[in-house]
Amino acid sequence: MIRITGVSHRIGSAAILHDIDLTLPRGKLIALIGPNGAGKSTLLRLVARLEPLQQGRIEVDGLDLAATPTERLALAMAVMGQQTHIASRLRVAELVGFGRWPHHRGRPGAADRAAVEAALEAFGLAPLRHRFLDEISGGQAQRAHLAMTFAQGTDWLLLDEPLNNLDMAHSRALMARLADLVRGSGRSVVTVVHEVNYAAAWADHVVAMKNGRVVAQGPAEAVLTEPVLSALYDTPVEVARHDDRPLVLHHHWHDQLGTPFPEAPDAARPTVH
Amino acid sequence: MDRPALRLIAALLGLLGAASLVWMFQGLGGGNRAFILQLRGTKLAGLVVVGAATGIATVLFQTAAANRVLTPSIMGFDALYVLLQTGLVAALGVAGFAALPAAPTFLAEVAAMSLLAAGLFGTLLGQGARDIPRMILTGVILGVMFRALSGFLARVMDPNAFATVQAASIASFGSLDAALLPAAGAIAGLCTGAALWMAPRLDLLALGREVAIPLGLRFDRVMLATLGLVGMLVAVSTALVGPVAFFGLLVAGLAHGLAPSARHAVLLPAAGLIGAAILVVGQTLFERLMGQTATLSVVVEFAGGLFFLFLLLKGRVR
Ligand SMILES: Nc1ncnc2c1ncn2[C@@H]1O[C@H](COP(=O)(O)OP(=O)(O)OP(=O)(O)O)[C@@H](O)[C@H]1O
Ligand SMILES: [Mg+2]
Repeated sequence: MIRITGVSHRIGSAAILHDIDLTLPRGKLIALIGPNGAGKSTLLRLVARLEPLQQGRIEVDGLDLAATPTERLALAMAVMGQQTHIASRLRVAELVGFGRWPHHRGRPGAADRAAVEAALEAFGLAPLRHRFLDEISGGQAQRAHLAMTFAQGTDWLLLDEPLNNLDMAHSRALMARLADLVRGSGRSVVTVVHEVNYAAAWADHVVAMKNGRVVAQGPAEAVLTEPVLSALYDTPVEVARHDDRPLVLHHHWHDQLGTPFPEAPDAARPTVH
Repeated sequence: MDRPALRLIAALLGLLGAASLVWMFQGLGGGNRAFILQLRGTKLAGLVVVGAATGIATVLFQTAAANRVLTPSIMGFDALYVLLQTGLVAALGVAGFAALPAAPTFLAEVAAMSLLAAGLFGTLLGQGARDIPRMILTGVILGVMFRALSGFLARVMDPNAFATVQAASIASFGSLDAALLPAAGAIAGLCTGAALWMAPRLDLLALGREVAIPLGLRFDRVMLATLGLVGMLVAVSTALVGPVAFFGLLVAGLAHGLAPSARHAVLLPAAGLIGAAILVVGQTLFERLMGQTATLSVVVEFAGGLFFLFLLLKGRVR
């Protein structure tokens, strides 16, 4: 499991995370939800060691982040950030190949090549394998990054908004693949999602964050409720049931047109005539 | 290396070899052959060292900076070397400067340059390497500042010292400092070896911090090592021929364009060979065919400058 104890984080003088205690169980598909600016990415980046840990302690499967060599951690968790931009001109298969780096450190073997093939196949990238990253669409590039993360073959996958740019079919396929990884191979996935119905349909465990704090966590059934979600997003929602899982309805609140953006000052209120 | 990469390296080696042969033996009269050959050999070695050092330094820097427009010289780095040199002359006087043992002084300067490179660019790149227009502007400003400071020091010196400095601050491939060649060649060789050894990690470095760290790269360490190598290679090339602004950009651009993949195991040797080949072919053409010893730097700079404009205008700055 990933154990986060007493983690606070500030950027400059702004406090971004406040004393977070959180345990992410192994072998589950975990959805991290919450409004823009809640601190989801910051928390993931701390676990991914992309930000220096200022206060508190993070352990991944018993490995203390502060004391474990980064090479070792790369065999324990794979990370895909919210924004990935790559300057070098790479082909899709080359990018995916980098996912094997922690295993071969520059000298890929047969097992590495097989893992890359499998990842390309899994994300429908085989036909694009020789294309350059700057010559494919945004969603295809997103899938290439995901395939790289998969090829890394770690027990933990941390994904920050992996559904960005993906169409409906690919979004569904990705969630199904994540669920398959968890249920089929016992791996653990933490993913930030904005469309809560992806969490409702697929997640085992949901963590809700707001204003730098964890405000709710637990099984999807327990967190994806009307009171929790309405308060979390400051917007009215209705939770129905479908296929024995929660289904969050929020598009039909047409009488709420003209409500301000939750975080926006009054001046930014959209006008409706 | 795969087949296309090998083919490229072989072709470049062939080109460099052929040009070197022409350079060495063309128009070799019946006079003092041994003397002429030695003279030509020294110059050839100098051109190869400078070309290779510049090419490799530029590729390394662009990898560290994660873009294809910035180069050490555009960031004012060779101007810093000239400043270092001027500072020494100013502090010690011409006689004192001349009295310094050449090789140890040079080694000390190289070491200083690598530390400065790691310090200065480590900080700059950590700040906002993504913001490329800002980086270019910063580089231009740094370059102007370093040059202005050199100019100031030179002006308060006596005219002799000024001439010494002046000679060091203008690029010329025709007249290189032969006394430094053995030390410079050795350093360039060592740096190239180190860069090749780091090649797989450089591939990862090129992916940028966000991707490389989760893959287990000790990002900051590799970044500093890379910048340190850049500092040393720039010192080598600037010490031998003086500052060149756009040559490295041209070489790195060609290397990236010709190499079949972005792997540094291919890019680095390709850039080194392209740099060396351009200088040897160019100098042979200009010096032997046209009898112009000093024109090459101007032409190379002009071509490099055009290439820089092309990159900027085409918006290929990322
Ligand atoms: N470099 C920075 N400087 C100052 N504040 C920052 C910086 N980066 C993020 N923040 C602030 O930290 C808070 C948390 O940001 P974070 O990116 O973690 O949010 P998030 O939950 O991932 O949001 P989103 O859903 O929009 O991706 C936000 O209020 C943001 O404004
Ligand atoms: Mg985010």
